[in-house]
Amino acid sequence: MKRFIVSVLLIIICFLFQTTVFKGLNFGGIVPNLLIILTASFGFMRGERTGLIIGFFCGFLADIFFGNVLGLNAMIYMYIGYANGKFNRIFFPEDIKLPLCLILVSDLAYGFLYYITLFLMRGRFHIGYYFLNVILPEMIYTILITLLLYPLVLWINKKLEASEKRSARKFV
Amino acid sequence: MSPIIKKKGEKFTLPGKYLLFILTLLCTGLIVITFSTNFLSAPISAVGGSFIAPLQEGISKAGSWLSTRSEELVQIRSLIQENEELKAQIDELTMENIRLQQDRYELTNLRELYDLDMQYDEYEKIGARIIARDSGNWFHSFVINKGSNDGLMIDMNVMAGSGLVGRIVDVGPNWSKVMSIIDDNSNTSGMVLSTSDNLMVRGDLELYADGLISFEKLTDSADRVVEGDKIVTSNISDKYLPGILIGYISSINVDSNNLTKSGLITPAVDFEHLEEVLVITQMKQTAENSTGDS
Repeated sequence: MKRFIVSVLLIIICFLFQTTVFKGLNFGGIVPNLLIILTASFGFMRGERTGLIIGFFCGFLADIFFGNVLGLNAMIYMYIGYANGKFNRIFFPEDIKLPLCLILVSDLAYGFLYYITLFLMRGRFHIGYYFLNVILPEMIYTILITLLLYPLVLWINKKLEASEKRSARKFV
Repeated sequence: MSPIIKKKGEKFTLPGKYLLFILTLLCTGLIVITFSTNFLSAPISAVGGSFIAPLQEGISKAGSWLSTRSEELVQIRSLIQENEELKAQIDELTMENIRLQQDRYELTNLRELYDLDMQYDEYEKIGARIIARDSGNWFHSFVINKGSNDGLMIDMNVMAGSGLVGRIVDVGPNWSKVMSIIDDNSNTSGMVLSTSDNLMVRGDLELYADGLISFEKLTDSADRVVEGDKIVTSNISDKYLPGILIGYISSINVDSNNLTKSGLITPAVDFEHLEEVLVITQMKQTAENSTGDS
């Protein structure tokens, strides 16, 4: 229950920051993708199931406000969360290299999937331009923000796991 | 043994694979539904928006405060120099202003003569503040802090200053979503003011950085359209009211078919620094709704 409330709060706060504060602090019109950081890190920290649920809700929130097609973002984020969950087995909280790589690849995958579904389908073929001017800057900015946001998410997850263990011990 | 079968004493949870499959079906369903019809997005947006929009409004104030502070630091040095230049300019402008005022009296008289007073001073407008922008980096839409409670409706035109910004594509009780004309998805029917030739104004992501929009399908066999000509919304557009300024032609090329021309437009609105917009509450009259009225 506690985990549910904390997750909902995290998603809403990240979405709000992404659409408001970071729009004021953009570099060359590019905004970091906080929702992908959240989806990916919950994926590899908690497994496939949590990853895909968090991804689904992150994407759905983005869809409600800014999606041209309801459900498209939800689907992309969901698959990214699920794929990150596959790495749960080789994830250790002390290691920061794997999370950084996974988040980088996730953002890249998100950019490409979004380009293919919404731009390639409309006959916009200049993939080189889109890669250099949208996808790559977004990846770099996102990774910089990850260095700040990821330790926070990790810490929240650790606290939650500790409190869950405590309440589980009470019943034994 | 199937993994869904419940073991004794264990809480029932659906494995990830199955959940993924179910949610994929749900998403595909939603995509198909929203692509072909429009009845789902309105209620869902209304529910989601009514509690997110007030939060966005609050945080967005903090965000714009931060960005103004950071800009202030960068700009102080250039401001001092600019200040001196501007002071010199003031003198120049005062002179020019006097001349222009005389021109204005003349213009008012001429307008009355030609009954041209129907310009957009006539349209009823509501001011609104931008509270959030697109969550990604691909499109240029934003959310404003007025909605159906203030009498806004889908397809109402949105302006800033003297130029066209876009139109409302989604409305909630206290917020609405505006798609701008520079959005990659947007196509606007425009007209060259001097020659009344029609053209299509099309937003393009590759031109966001240069602050330009492109136009195409201009038929101008007499070669009368030149760079610097004003582009306004056309009479035949079914979403936009006629005669709202879109921008000025900055370059013009003949297409390879030798019949039409295309090129670039400098928009009249500074989309980079938009904060407040005006919504025109008058709707464009179309064949459908005029027959509905009578």
